[in-house]
Amino acid sequence: MATGRKVAVVEGGEEKAIAYWKANVRLIFILLAIWALVSYVAGIILARPLVTINLGQVPLSFWFAHQGSMITFVVLIFVYAKLMDGIDNKFDVHE
Amino acid sequence: MDAQTWTYILVILTFGIYIYIGYASRVKDTKGFYVAGQGVPAIANGAATAADWMSAASFISMAGLISVLGFDGSIYLMGWTGGYVLLALLLAPYLRKFGKYTVPDFVGDRYYSKTARGVAAIAAVFVSLTYVAGQMRGVGVVFSRFLGLDITWGVVLGMVIVAFFAVLGGMKGITWTQVAQYVVLIIAYLIPAVAIAVILTGNPIPQLSLVFSDITGKLNQIQIDLGFREYTEPFANRKPIDVFMITVALMIGTAGLPHVIVRFYTVPNVRAARYSAGWALLFIALLYTTAPAVAVFARYNLLNTLHGARVVSTETVAGREILNLQDAQGRDIEWASSWQRTGLISFVNQDGQISMQANDKGTTFAHATIDNDIIVLSTPEVARLPAFVIALVAAGGLAAALSTASGLLLVISSAFSHDIYYRLINPNASEGLRLLVGRIVIFLGVIAAGYFGINPPGFVAEVVAFAFGLAAASFFPIIVLGIFDKRANDKGAIAGMLVGLIFTMVMILMMQSVKIFGTAEPLMGPFFGITAQGIGTIGAILNFAVTLIVSRATAAPPQEIQDLVESVRVPRGAGSAAAH
Repeated sequence: MATGRKVAVVEGGEEKAIAYWKANVRLIFILLAIWALVSYVAGIILARPLVTINLGQVPLSFWFAHQGSMITFVVLIFVYAKLMDGIDNKFDVHE
Repeated sequence: MDAQTWTYILVILTFGIYIYIGYASRVKDTKGFYVAGQGVPAIANGAATAADWMSAASFISMAGLISVLGFDGSIYLMGWTGGYVLLALLLAPYLRKFGKYTVPDFVGDRYYSKTARGVAAIAAVFVSLTYVAGQMRGVGVVFSRFLGLDITWGVVLGMVIVAFFAVLGGMKGITWTQVAQYVVLIIAYLIPAVAIAVILTGNPIPQLSLVFSDITGKLNQIQIDLGFREYTEPFANRKPIDVFMITVALMIGTAGLPHVIVRFYTVPNVRAARYSAGWALLFIALLYTTAPAVAVFARYNLLNTLHGARVVSTETVAGREILNLQDAQGRDIEWASSWQRTGLISFVNQDGQISMQANDKGTTFAHATIDNDIIVLSTPEVARLPAFVIALVAAGGLAAALSTASGLLLVISSAFSHDIYYRLINPNASEGLRLLVGRIVIFLGVIAAGYFGINPPGFVAEVVAFAFGLAAASFFPIIVLGIFDKRANDKGAIAGMLVGLIFTMVMILMMQSVKIFGTAEPLMGPFFGITAQGIGTIGAILNFAVTLIVSRATAAPPQEIQDLVESVRVPRGAGSAAAH
């Protein structure tokens, strides 16, 4: 059985483990806010008002709904992975 | 050479590659069988996940569906991609650290409950089985359309191929064939898309030509002229609340689908799990950002070419009246004749002309029927590409269907052989016996999937709503809470999962009763404007609420479980955590 007890906990004790988790959760919140902004806000909630503004030759909300949101999603994941590399190293929990 | 000969050559060639890969990556232990020995590099897992995820429906039907829905087609575009952000940020890294073999494994261990494991295993099997039937059907449809083969024989051939590499190689065989299948399907999708983009807009990159050419404006104009709503008008087909809820349900459903989650168990460490999710979505987005461009190009071309086309002759083939057409410049529209023969297109002769006018409601054509699948399937012919490309599209459709089917079959196999047989029925089973049971179950799974592919239940499309709704309402909430809420306990999770599952299942059954039970009227209309596809969102909210409340009203999880949660939150030690 692989339970938590066998696994190395954060060196530097509980406080450091809490700080690491806080940094992670904070980053997740920021990135998910952007995630919701480009999809639910720009592509759905503001779909009607943003239809009057053009990006290139298509309405802005249409662009977000059919292209911009997906491009942002890809970028968000790589940004998360990259920033977590730094956070892992800072708290010395990387492999 | 004609398209049929090319199709035979490409199908035999690609199937040969899949069989060779399956043979080369055969496995000897359960770790190899369930999670490919946890040695799959991040990029390779990304490509495998993309192929795993993109089914026959994504490849063949999605662009057509979008071209009919217009702006509202965003439910599929955003809904089937946004879930990967949730996976990458909320699930994949921690589940990889946990390091076991299946989704029910995490649920059972985290909630220290055999009941929770059992409920999760049954839900995983149900979700995957509903989904896999549609894939085998897709294999049969591709064979019958491109090679004129009987659907039954097409399905049987697909079964033999999947059985070979899945039984022999388990997850390892599946992973590497999926990487090859991704390459086949993305090339097959992009070549016709680039060709039609060049023809209509002069810009070879479909994503750019959608935004920076005047094609969308021209489509809007022709839609209005024919009595449709503008293509870029939001909520022309669905209510805003429904669009919102369906998008949520598809996103969290994606993040909760066992065959997607389990792919992240196969990478070497937590860091690889994060990057792998990024690669997966990048590979998926390559097709998913091309699809809306193809949808616009193909719809514009379809309306522009066919409306007002002259009927030059008629013939009757196998009981169908075929209208041979010429466009405004007097050129034959050959593809229209050939697709009429398959029954996917039909026209009503309007005094020697074709009319693409909308019906009174502006929802569909008044004097023509156009199957959604035509949008992707006919593009190579419409763009007058060589026969080779038509064959490539057939091979791509097969790759998309087979890769998804094999991933789903592995989930069914591991849920039975690992979670139900080994963990609940016979904990003393030897390694060799467990591997044998896994192989037998995957073989039986192939047979079951093939049976449903040949004799599809009349509601194949509806069961997809089921798969996403149930995954959203059952797995996603309790896995997220299992990681982010240390206080979540066994009673909360079981109650939450059951409430989410039962609510969603009952609602979908009642809303879809016309197709499922054959009632005259649906037993229930939309729920506050939300249709069956979006109801999983409400199920998920209920699951979250019930799990949180019941957990706090009952005893906290034991210390060792709280330690387990602490450990999955930290990347270090993922390599050794999986060791038994």
